[in-house]
Amino acid sequence: MMAGTAVSPGYRVARWGYVAFCVAAFIFLIAPILVLVPLSFNAEPYFTFTEGMLRFDPEAYSLRWYRSVFDGDEWTRPLANSLVIGLSATVVATVLGAAAALGLAHPAMPGRKIVTALLISPMITPVIIAGVGMFFFYSNLGLAQTHVGIILAHAVFGAPFVVITVSATLAGFDWTVMRAAANLGANPLVAFRRVQLPLILPGVISGSLFAFAASFDELVIVLFMGGLEQRTLPRQMWSGIREEISPTILAVATFLIVFALLALSTVEWLRRRGAAQE
Amino acid sequence: MTSQESPSVGQPPARPLWRRALGPRLRAAGLALPLVAFVSVTFLGPMLSLLTKSFHDPEVADALPETMAALRGWDGQGTPPDEAFAAVAREFVAARTERTLGRTANRVNRVVSGMRSTIMGDSREMVDAAAAAEAAGAVTDGAFWRETMIAIDPRWGGPEPWRALEAAGQRFTARHYLKALDFERGPDGGYVRAPEVWRIYVPLFWRTFLVSLGVTLLCLVIGYPVAHMIANSPPKRANVLLLLVLLPFWTSLLVRTTSWIVLLQNQGIVNDFLVAIGLIGDEGRIAMIYNMTGTFIAMTHVLLPFLVLPLYSVMRSVPPAYMNAAVSLGATPFQALRRVYWPQTLPGVGAGCLLTFILAIGYYITPALVGGQSGQLISNMIAYHVQTSLNWGLAAALAALLLGGVTLLYVVYDRLVGIDRIGLG
Repeated sequence: MMAGTAVSPGYRVARWGYVAFCVAAFIFLIAPILVLVPLSFNAEPYFTFTEGMLRFDPEAYSLRWYRSVFDGDEWTRPLANSLVIGLSATVVATVLGAAAALGLAHPAMPGRKIVTALLISPMITPVIIAGVGMFFFYSNLGLAQTHVGIILAHAVFGAPFVVITVSATLAGFDWTVMRAAANLGANPLVAFRRVQLPLILPGVISGSLFAFAASFDELVIVLFMGGLEQRTLPRQMWSGIREEISPTILAVATFLIVFALLALSTVEWLRRRGAAQE
Repeated sequence: MTSQESPSVGQPPARPLWRRALGPRLRAAGLALPLVAFVSVTFLGPMLSLLTKSFHDPEVADALPETMAALRGWDGQGTPPDEAFAAVAREFVAARTERTLGRTANRVNRVVSGMRSTIMGDSREMVDAAAAAEAAGAVTDGAFWRETMIAIDPRWGGPEPWRALEAAGQRFTARHYLKALDFERGPDGGYVRAPEVWRIYVPLFWRTFLVSLGVTLLCLVIGYPVAHMIANSPPKRANVLLLLVLLPFWTSLLVRTTSWIVLLQNQGIVNDFLVAIGLIGDEGRIAMIYNMTGTFIAMTHVLLPFLVLPLYSVMRSVPPAYMNAAVSLGATPFQALRRVYWPQTLPGVGAGCLLTFILAIGYYITPALVGGQSGQLISNMIAYHVQTSLNWGLAAALAALLLGGVTLLYVVYDRLVGIDRIGLG
């Protein structure tokens, strides 16, 4: 950290303390997530490592909880619901969010600050507050207990992510390039497709991943507004945790961890590619 | 507009000046407009209906319109005019036959407790009295009902039940807010603070505030060195360490909560481990979950990335030269850390802490799953009133108060960081 310092014993102790503390903190962050993965292969219906598992006895491991995920529709229907709701909300959020980001990034945009604040407000309002309001509002419109209601709610929570990631790709964008394209005969649509789209695409993809992940993990709105037909994966896990906790939930959790890893790698890959191009 | 804005090569278009000035603005605004409209309808609409619900409560007024009209001229003293008796009897008997009275009685009971049994009990006898009077062909006017009702229940001769009906019949009311601040209706109809043992919401707001503050500080204590280490590692290692922070950020909240249950429960991994190494006996397993400890640990884990990421981005921009200069000028590493490094990271500390705190005070799922009784926060109470007690006015008032607090914090955040600069990891 500090090259050329006369290293005192006190400093060395502090330095070791610092490293040990950070290692412990990283373990605190990551261990609770990783611990679920081996447990999901438990042959017994327990939530802890059996002696056999600790001996790495192959008999102690099994795929039974993974099979039970696909037995019946207890988990497959919520999965299908989550995918339908998540993908629909993502499409709405991405289209509206990317367009808004393009408008916001334009130098001529009037009232940029207040519009930005309005557009990201759904993301930064505690969901419990928004959830209560949406419950009243959508019930009045007859949209409670419908897919449409939940999709609209999730889309409005997801759009800010797209606005932010797309705006980031447009930061420092030289708008005279667009005028140059126009002068060279490109109509605005062509100019957008050939100049801006390639630039914002990584932001659009990251943003839509954020939006999808937000919907895929959202529970409060589903609890308030969803009926039996709108049971999503988080909703099913919520019942699973509260009512009849079975290790099947660990298999589902492992699946969600893999999803998180994939989403995270994609976003990081896009971010680094963008950083390398600059 | 598009055709006019795509000029042919080398020939600038002859457009009126206003159009040249306004065109780009309109186009920019036009791109943002669909989302602005969408957010206004699907998000601001609900927020407005939340605020409306918190002070607009027409249900009793709509259920008992004639009673409310008859009570309008009454001064709140003694016995109300005979029309009020006639009106209330008519409406109670009608609602009772249509089986809608129970709902109304519940609403009135929320304003003055005990009114549910008064209304439901007395109205049953009023139905009988009405039937008997009809059979006998007697006149059922206001005087008849005054006598009958006072005979059924002498309380109708005094002002209390009437005042309760009148109060519950207010369309616009502050009573949900008063209740959310632990005020209750006194015998004379004025509001007084509830006795200390009956106060629920203010202590819960206070607890939520303290837990959020504690979680934020804990996140800062853990997150500061972590962010520092990431910011000062060589790029390859920094990337790996950053992934360790980002993976929890991306992992489903329910997965993380499940894993804390698996780790911390009585027969969980941590307790098993402690028993196995002999630190505690099998009898002495520690209750680490379904209480405040569980809420604290799980919330810290969930919110830590939100503090580390903004802190990291600030720390990355702190030039190492200052620290080196401070040390070569004779400062000990600790002095340099405290007086040179820490002040430069304060914007990140402020932004991260505020964001973490704001997220913490709205937390619902985690406390609901791992908090047990003692680890519940204000949002759990809001959810309870939405889903279980169905006292939506109170839920709205509690949520509106929370929203007020959050808005206040965002004003601070805006001054400190700028609201349009909220980033993502």
